Amino acid sequence: MHARADQRIRVTLTLNGRERSGYAEPRTQLCDFLRHELGATGTHVGCEHGVCGACTVRVDGRASRSCLMLAVQAEGRRLDTVESLAGEEGLSDLQQAFRRHHALQCGFCTAGILMSCEEFLDRVADPSEAQVRDMLSGHLCRCTGYTGMVQAVLEVARTRREAAVPDSQQENNDV
Amino acid sequence: MNAFKPTIQEGQSGRIGRREQRVEDDALLRGHGRYADDLAVAPGTLHAAVLRSPHAHARLVALDAAAALAMPGVHAVLTGEDVKRWAQPFPVGVRQPMEHWCLAVDKVRYVGEPVAVVMAESRYLAEDALDVIRVDYETLAVAVDAEIAIESDAPLLHEAVGSNIVSERHFRYGDPERAFAEAERRVALKVRVPRSSCTPMECYVVIADYDVSSGSYDVLSNFQGPYALHSVMTRALKVPGNRLRLRTPPDSGGSFGIKQGVFPYVVMMGLAARKAGAPVKWVEDRLEHLQGASSSTNRVTEIEAAVTADGRVTALRWDQIDDCGAYLRAPEPATFYRMHGNLTGAYAIRHLAVRNRVVLTNKTPSGLNRGFGGPQVYFALERLMQRIAIELDLEPLDVIRRNLIPAGSFPYRAAAGALLDSGDYPAAVEQGIREGGLDELLARRENARREGRLYGIGYTVAVEPSISNMGYITTAMTPEERRKAGPKNGAVSTATISIGPLGDITAHVSSTPQGQGHRTVVAQVIAEVLGVPLESISVNVELDTGKDAWSIASGNYSSRFSGAVAGAVYLAALKVRERLAGIAAAQWDVDVERVRFAASRVLVEDSELSMPFARLAGATHWAPGTLPDNEPGGLRETAFWSPPELAAPDDSDLINSSLCYGFIFDYCGVEIDRITGKLHLDRYVTLHDAGRMLNPDLVDGQVRGAFAQGLGAALMEEFAYGDDGSFQSGTFADYLVPTAVEVPEPVILHMETPSPFTPLGAKGVGEGNNMSTPVCVANAAADALGLKDIELPLTPAKLRTLIGIEEPPRPEGVGEEGVQPASGGGSRLTASDSVELPGDPQTVFDTLLDPETLQAIIPGCHALELTGNNAYRADVTVGVGMIRARFDARVALSELVPPHSLQLSGAGTSAMGSAEGSARIRLTEIEGGRTRLDYDYDAAVGGKVASVGGRMLQSASRMIIGQIFARLAQRMGGAAPRLSLWQRFKVLFAGRGGRS
Repeated sequence: MHARADQRIRVTLTLNGRERSGYAEPRTQLCDFLRHELGATGTHVGCEHGVCGACTVRVDGRASRSCLMLAVQAEGRRLDTVESLAGEEGLSDLQQAFRRHHALQCGFCTAGILMSCEEFLDRVADPSEAQVRDMLSGHLCRCTGYTGMVQAVLEVARTRREAAVPDSQQENNDV
Repeated sequence: MNAFKPTIQEGQSGRIGRREQRVEDDALLRGHGRYADDLAVAPGTLHAAVLRSPHAHARLVALDAAAALAMPGVHAVLTGEDVKRWAQPFPVGVRQPMEHWCLAVDKVRYVGEPVAVVMAESRYLAEDALDVIRVDYETLAVAVDAEIAIESDAPLLHEAVGSNIVSERHFRYGDPERAFAEAERRVALKVRVPRSSCTPMECYVVIADYDVSSGSYDVLSNFQGPYALHSVMTRALKVPGNRLRLRTPPDSGGSFGIKQGVFPYVVMMGLAARKAGAPVKWVEDRLEHLQGASSSTNRVTEIEAAVTADGRVTALRWDQIDDCGAYLRAPEPATFYRMHGNLTGAYAIRHLAVRNRVVLTNKTPSGLNRGFGGPQVYFALERLMQRIAIELDLEPLDVIRRNLIPAGSFPYRAAAGALLDSGDYPAAVEQGIREGGLDELLARRENARREGRLYGIGYTVAVEPSISNMGYITTAMTPEERRKAGPKNGAVSTATISIGPLGDITAHVSSTPQGQGHRTVVAQVIAEVLGVPLESISVNVELDTGKDAWSIASGNYSSRFSGAVAGAVYLAALKVRERLAGIAAAQWDVDVERVRFAASRVLVEDSELSMPFARLAGATHWAPGTLPDNEPGGLRETAFWSPPELAAPDDSDLINSSLCYGFIFDYCGVEIDRITGKLHLDRYVTLHDAGRMLNPDLVDGQVRGAFAQGLGAALMEEFAYGDDGSFQSGTFADYLVPTAVEVPEPVILHMETPSPFTPLGAKGVGEGNNMSTPVCVANAAADALGLKDIELPLTPAKLRTLIGIEEPPRPEGVGEEGVQPASGGGSRLTASDSVELPGDPQTVFDTLLDPETLQAIIPGCHALELTGNNAYRADVTVGVGMIRARFDARVALSELVPPHSLQLSGAGTSAMGSAEGSARIRLTEIEGGRTRLDYDYDAAVGGKVASVGGRMLQSASRMIIGQIFARLAQRMGGAAPRLSLWQRFKVLFAGRGGRS
């Protein structure tokens, strides 16, 4: 696609399961598009140079820095942000664990951290503490000292594994 | 209210002191927080971008914004001229002829100082417009190092002051001269504490509007207080207090003191809105934040103790220099005086001499930063205590024990005036030793040392002041000056509780929390006093100076919440309860003392009488006619509370600088890797006595957070400046903060001795580890290495140097062959090289003087215009790594000695910063009628390029200058000079960058 620098282009993507569209210039950062065009302000911007991780969202499932991506690059993709995690019925297991373990204070970095943790838990069912800390090291938090997050992720990994046991037994029975 | 000193009764619900989950978290975890940049703005709101100085010190000669104003979408530009017309300089705490305006008006004094503001239809457009504003600067010599800036011949920041020292005070308590004269031993130490910042993850945000009809400003900002600064802002704006309505958003993304420093931008954006005739929104970016927002105050301290042979300290002598940066910005010089009353720490030392000098340098103005004043004081004092032990051949812990303020002596009036409210320091130390497992660490050290490993143990004790005396800053003035200015003292906190028609409870506090969980604790206190469920209470923490109860002490600083604000909430809740109990007693005709509140009901002790809380409270709205005669109806109570212990400094400069003083005992074991220099924290034990804990989960959260920041200050965080004042820590890749892999879980221990001075017995706990952890880790490293002089941060590179490991030589063929090491440090680059060219020296000389050649050989030169004899104005685009900038440059050829030598010099500015340099060129005829061209160059880079690309500058400048002569060779018909593989790779890389 060729567009002038100041031309506004329609970008359509799937945000948290719903098709959404808005306008962006070729240079508009994805984080700005999500926040100010689509109104998904749960994703925060902390450094705009890809170090702090506050703006992390999932792009086709992969945790990505939305400050290092252009809005036009998200055309046709599946975007998941922090707003996707909880429903009317309440917080997700990971969010509840964050609350229980005092894993947040000001909450500004939390959105990005939750998205990285979700992707990590999808990939790594039985992580060690060192693996969790390594994953979290892609994020900066100035309030908590990280301990609560580590505990929350380890606990959720454990409960999800335990919850998965009956399912796998079920599968075994089916076989 | 001061006479009203209730102590908490055991409430029915027992909410206070419980580990309650936070009421804030649900919304924050859903992404439903409402931070300043999330809020809707008025239609037509413009977006601001700030043009900043690339120079550390320069005269502003001219500013031309015409090209910016001509750009589509740009509405207005605010400059120093506007600011001079509508505003005035900020008031400061010392009387000196120096002016700090919200935009530079005559000089710039630090890299990143605001020079102009563009208001445009989007932030992208506003930032574009910054690139085309032309500013002519006349650069001046800089004063960057505090110890050099105090010299009489140092370049002056504020000429009218006549010195860079803007405040000097001497203090004397007891009889220090005699104590030193009689001392059996003296132990002295000189230490330096660098600049750093707790860097909240959310940067500054300001949304401002100006109402021309009333001449008033309406500003929303994530400002954190203290609200004494509201008066500083209205003075600068030249309006009465009620013409600046300052509001805060519901949520704030951390602050740690740093968001105090947004106040100049509140004024700036108010003026920007006035200039644009439209609301203006500004969101600071991270580079702006790191280079120009705020910083802790770097300090140089010479400290000396008079000591008995058994290690008892009888007197201390402090000689301190605080570097507050380019301007003394309120509340500076508070870094000194916040800690002044408790300069003797946790020790019973009766004689004290202090000399405090405040110096200004070409760096960002300093301000509040978590621990404010504490890290500087304790780094000197607790390093000194270790030195006393070493020089007297005693155990460090025994020296600490011998000097602690004894149990049973509280409240204890310290030498400089602090009234230490409560504690049992010796018992706390013994508890810490026992429960933290010191014996185990000692055994590990012995074991490690036997194996030749570098293991050390460090100790620190500290008192943690909280609830600042608003009068402490006047200790910077002499008693005569104070008498003239009138007394300042106290610290008024406020809380308001309203009961709605259905008995629903809403509370408001003016503590502007930044993530600590104030709403949870406020709800806990009210739930306990009124016997209602915590979840039913709504707590609002937005502050609106136009309609809320507030005072100058309002805000989120000096760990004032748990002692002062939660105390005021308690008092407001008691007032509500008293009124409701009176109504119930009248209705039931019982003694008011028998009325109780529990389980959302009002009941009478030892009787069947009871009714729902909502019904009784609702009667104040629905049926005021049924109330007793003294009841006015409606139910809203505001409590104001200021503790009488916070008196103004007296004529002998005694100052109780804070209301409460918690106690901290920390120790840690560290091991330093002999090969990598990496410091491994084996265990960190931290014991806190913060009085009564209102919510131990939140207390632990504060300790963990402060510990992580203290560890960052100990190991990695530093705002680095070049000798030329260039700022070198402009990204989170340059300014390193700890991540999850660097922060171990500390062992947290508690002791509770309630404060007799706060309504709930609580003290502050938010800043302790920022004060104690850096020096505790330093003491451990000093113990491991057996060293006296330790400077933070203890990076692996620094520790390797301290261990005595030499850097291995650079592998051959990589990088810097032929280049002399950069001299002068900072972003000043010097090097030499040579090329061989076809043609004799005269031909080369003539070619160099040809303008067409010059344009062709300067990389990225779009246009070259002759402005004088061998002088040109050039338009040049230069790329360094990810940064590309278009420079407006002056190029000149001078010192012409044909055909032997000449000088090629250039200086340019761009939105990305400034660059200047010169190359001394020598031409020598060599065999075959060819010429060898030798050049020595000297280049300096400042501004954004230096801030974010510092690591690449050395090789980039070498590459760019190398290109000039490579192109010259090509132009003269010869082949490009022979390049190493590495050089060819770099040229290729640069070429790509230049075309993109």
